[in-house]
Amino acid sequence: MSRLEHWRGLALALLALLVALAPLSLLLTVFGDGVALLDWAFLSGTPEQAGRSGGIGPIILSTAAVLLLCLAIAVPLGLGTALFLVEQLRPDGRLNLGLQWALDGLGAVPSVVFGLFGHRVFVVELGWGYSLLAGGCTLACMVLPLFIRGCEQALRDCPHSYRQAAAGLAISRFGYLRRILLPFAAPGIAAALVLSAGRALAETAVLLFTAGYVMRWPESVFDSGRTLAVHIYDLAMNVSGGSPASAATALVLLGFALLIQLLAWRLGRRPAAFAR
Amino acid sequence: MSSSTPLFLRHSADRLLRAASLLCALAAAVILLLILLFLTQASWPLLQSPGDLLGAVWQPSKGLYGLQAMLGASLLSSLLALVLAVPCGLLVSIWLIFYAPATVARAYTGLVGLMASIPSVVYGLWGLVVLVPLLNAWVAPGASLLAAGIVLALMILPLLMVQADALLRESARRHLPAALCLGVSRWAAIRRVLLPALWPRLWPSILLQLGRALGETMAVLMVAGNVVQWPGSIFDPVRTLTANIALEMSYASGPHLQALYLSGWLLLVLALLLMGLARLFGSRT
Repeated sequence: MSRLEHWRGLALALLALLVALAPLSLLLTVFGDGVALLDWAFLSGTPEQAGRSGGIGPIILSTAAVLLLCLAIAVPLGLGTALFLVEQLRPDGRLNLGLQWALDGLGAVPSVVFGLFGHRVFVVELGWGYSLLAGGCTLACMVLPLFIRGCEQALRDCPHSYRQAAAGLAISRFGYLRRILLPFAAPGIAAALVLSAGRALAETAVLLFTAGYVMRWPESVFDSGRTLAVHIYDLAMNVSGGSPASAATALVLLGFALLIQLLAWRLGRRPAAFAR
Repeated sequence: MSSSTPLFLRHSADRLLRAASLLCALAAAVILLLILLFLTQASWPLLQSPGDLLGAVWQPSKGLYGLQAMLGASLLSSLLALVLAVPCGLLVSIWLIFYAPATVARAYTGLVGLMASIPSVVYGLWGLVVLVPLLNAWVAPGASLLAAGIVLALMILPLLMVQADALLRESARRHLPAALCLGVSRWAAIRRVLLPALWPRLWPSILLQLGRALGETMAVLMVAGNVVQWPGSIFDPVRTLTANIALEMSYASGPHLQALYLSGWLLLVLALLLMGLARLFGSRT
């Protein structure tokens, strides 16, 4: 039996190795193809020849702008929702059940559908055109359920005895939130925020239909601008000879994504893979 | 707020807080309703004649908007991804828990976490630069249903493995000592006791990952070849519903645009159905 068991272990290890080959080859490819182009001039420069040469300065700026807009909308809305779910609702109530279904539903909506929705509402109906603002708003809708779930978890981790003690001292609910609950949950909330930013950073399809793919330096939130992910896609698919620049951009995006994951991992107690 | 919740004294700030947080919470529900509403409205003219939409021919210039082949491609590539990812994920999780040395297992878990954080467009880029040429050397043209299935499988694997790992550990804690006491070998215990115990509880996450695979756009768009057809084999290029939206959205107008919105509506309904099923399964076990 032990000999058979030995072979089983070996076979499983081989399978695991085979599976691991894919991400390893991905990292090697992106690093190998991209690292030669990567320097300060690339990070700060303006793209030339449809992105084949030059840098990705305006693209990094657009990405940051979209991300900031997205978080500026999603954070207050999400935190408010999480506070309502944890603080104001009976766990067995009908409203709670309905909201949980709605949140799970929103979390299950495919990103391309958010893109269609954002295009219709923000780009066409509200008349913002392809703009950073439209992209940020649509992304905010998309990351909202993820952020709410993270905050909800962080808030629920606060021990019940804290609330009892606060009530015993006749502190108002507002005072309890501000002085006790939120400071306690702050690391968890920060982790949820970072994970949501990571999700928004990785998104491409939504931004194709809402933020557009103009490569100029954006001057206001009503300008169109392309993000890193859109730039990678466009260079790889639509620009012949764009692969090296695409890999270098992918390396930058991957760097940001890993940094974010690491940050979330340090901040929160939950590992990154629970993000969805 | 359970019945044992201590009551706070009422203050005006508290009432304001309650109103404000209620508004926020309703916003999430309202967004979902708005998405449903807008997509239905945008595809309404075409929704009234559902027969035409099931046609096999997609030629927007001739006014033919058959979604059948692309819906098929979406379903096939997602199912292929599940067929690849579920057994692999389960077996590797078993290896990690029962066979691998502790340091190797820790490093491997780190790698899986890293896989979860790679953006989908980077998977697409890797597929385009490495996987497609590799498959092309085997069976032309390389950009195919199989390539899409493999890339999707890699994308859903990390989350499946996290779930499988947690479930396996729990069912091992519950059942493994008893099974071993009966004199069963470890492998037999894993195969006959742990896996059957875990299987029903893995279903919800499998359904959720199926929904994710169906909705994935960029990675599939970059490796699937984007030919609208029913694939004759897994080596034929296909175009999924999501890829079609991303490709044609930039120039579509009129009924063509309505057809794209309709494919989005279809994806939305499918995703919500899968989510509902997953929740039903989840609440029953």
